[in-house]
Amino acid sequence: MSKAIIKIEDLKREFTMGTETVHALKGISFDIKEGEFVTIMGSSGSGKSTMLNILGCLDQPTSGTYEIDGVRVKDLSRNELATIRNEKIGFIFQSYNLLARTSAIENVELPLLYNSKVSTEERRKRAIEALEKVGLGDRLHHTPSQLSGGQQQRVAIARSLVNNPVMILADEATGNLDTRTSYEIMALFQELNKQGITITFVTHEPDIATFSSRTIVLKDGEVMQDYNNHKVQSAANELAKLPKQDD
Amino acid sequence: MRLLNLLKIATKAIILNKTRTLLTMLGIIIGVASVIAMLAIGEGSKESIRTNISAMGSNMITIKAGADVRGGVRQEASVMESLTLSDFEAVKESATLLSYSSPVVDGRGQVINGSNNWPSSIYGVNPEYLNIKVVDLQSGSMFTDADVYSASKVAVIGQTVVDNVFPDGQDPVGQMIRFNNIPFKVIGVLEEKGENTFGQDQDDVVIAPYTTVQKRILAIDHLNQIMASAVSEEEAPDAVLEVSNILREQHKLTASDEDDFTVRSMEELISTFSSTSEMLTILLVAVASISLLIGGIGIMNIMYVSVKERTKEIGLRMAVGGKGSDILMQFLIEAILISITGGVLGVILGLGATVFIEKFLNWPTSVAVYSIVISFAVCAVTGIFFGWYPARKASALDPITALRYE
Repeated sequence: MSKAIIKIEDLKREFTMGTETVHALKGISFDIKEGEFVTIMGSSGSGKSTMLNILGCLDQPTSGTYEIDGVRVKDLSRNELATIRNEKIGFIFQSYNLLARTSAIENVELPLLYNSKVSTEERRKRAIEALEKVGLGDRLHHTPSQLSGGQQQRVAIARSLVNNPVMILADEATGNLDTRTSYEIMALFQELNKQGITITFVTHEPDIATFSSRTIVLKDGEVMQDYNNHKVQSAANELAKLPKQDD
Repeated sequence: MRLLNLLKIATKAIILNKTRTLLTMLGIIIGVASVIAMLAIGEGSKESIRTNISAMGSNMITIKAGADVRGGVRQEASVMESLTLSDFEAVKESATLLSYSSPVVDGRGQVINGSNNWPSSIYGVNPEYLNIKVVDLQSGSMFTDADVYSASKVAVIGQTVVDNVFPDGQDPVGQMIRFNNIPFKVIGVLEEKGENTFGQDQDDVVIAPYTTVQKRILAIDHLNQIMASAVSEEEAPDAVLEVSNILREQHKLTASDEDDFTVRSMEELISTFSSTSEMLTILLVAVASISLLIGGIGIMNIMYVSVKERTKEIGLRMAVGGKGSDILMQFLIEAILISITGGVLGVILGLGATVFIEKFLNWPTSVAVYSIVISFAVCAVTGIFFGWYPARKASALDPITALRYE
């Protein structure tokens, strides 16, 4: 068995809205092991977003433990959380969140700008490598407005890879894309996962889950299902099955 | 390294938002430029007022023999013979706050040229007298130190004298006149000054070397007065004290003795001068600070909008590892860069405007170095001060809220 990258035990998160207390997460426990491709599913209100925020070290649990790569996240300061985000997590968002009017390579370099251990030359080198990995080696100096949605998401994926994170955290990463492009992106995720990168994918689309090796379903702040997917679909194959487009 | 990266990020953000940056800068540019131009005009006016007031002899200092008491009767100053040439030499030698000084002996008499004659006053002085009185010659030349040394019979005369003894309009320079039957060669004519504040005609004078007047006309060896000019209006009161001390020592007066001379400055003129320049300074400072304040508020306004507009970007930067302090520094550096660049451009524009005003509007201007330094410093400081608040606000954002912000 490979080691667990994420350890979550009896995790709770409560929000106080006026006089009412909302229990967004009501005691969740699971581990994510190195090399897994996990989808976290759930309808809106299931606590999915809260889970994502905590996994991404953007938010702190009210109680319970959350450990990422051996670091207990609870009680860390804002700055320490920022450092963990910078060094251990790669974020991918639904709306790509690329800096406008900024070239692909500079967008990818962004996380490394906040890491003073990385020199300018190394930053550039790693950004180029990451872009090549997502198949955009020939689009280094294109700005987001010159790229298609799929390409923009690829830049975002390259950005999430550039700091060699222990886990990539994707939030509805295909939500803004058409089926064909979603499958292309999923194929890329599967490809990266094959190379040993741990991926946690938060989504509400069931067909996305079929591409992952494990699915955790949340409902009303609790884990409803947690199962390993024995028949992982290949996104590349699904893509091939789609009707050909006339280019 | 970290700071360098932040500088890069900030520069990039500025370049990416050219129009917005330019508009922000415009406030500062105009602020700084107007401060420099305003102060240049102000300083120019101040200087021309200063010259005008100085032309009235505002820094003039008069030393007269003091009233003495003889047998219980206070004597008129002019009958005293206690002021001597050695007093003048001592003053000239030791005083540090005087720019010019001249002995003065004066007398009245009749100026005669052929059949024309006119009663006038003669002043025996040295060549520096013209500088003290701030008067130029309209023709001819002033006598020299050599003329003083040799007691030459040469004279410079005022316009009133010219009008009365040369009524047919011939050029008086080079002509001979007689003053109390002593012949003088006219070598220059003073420019017209008109009446002074007491209604005395300042053009009704004959000026000659004091040695000549002492020996040939008055037959005295003491001085009636010593006239001098302080280096500036502000120094005049100190110059008065300095001269008094020199003369007390010269006259070997003990601490209990009263002065046997009087030293006076043009106090009324000086106070007019200083109150005028003070008022101008206050006015200028007020105008300048308002311009700069508005420039500063401009920075704050734009930075504030910029933080709002870039909330999502801030959220992203935080998500990928930007710390609160990184975000704070980024926005602060942006504000500083904008204000410094704006400041530099403002200085250039201000200097350009000043040259324009001087050349094409013919207003007197004088660019004060301090106005550049101050306006630049103030704009940098307001940049930091007004950039701080929005930057602080940006750094305190919650990354989750910021990321979800639309």
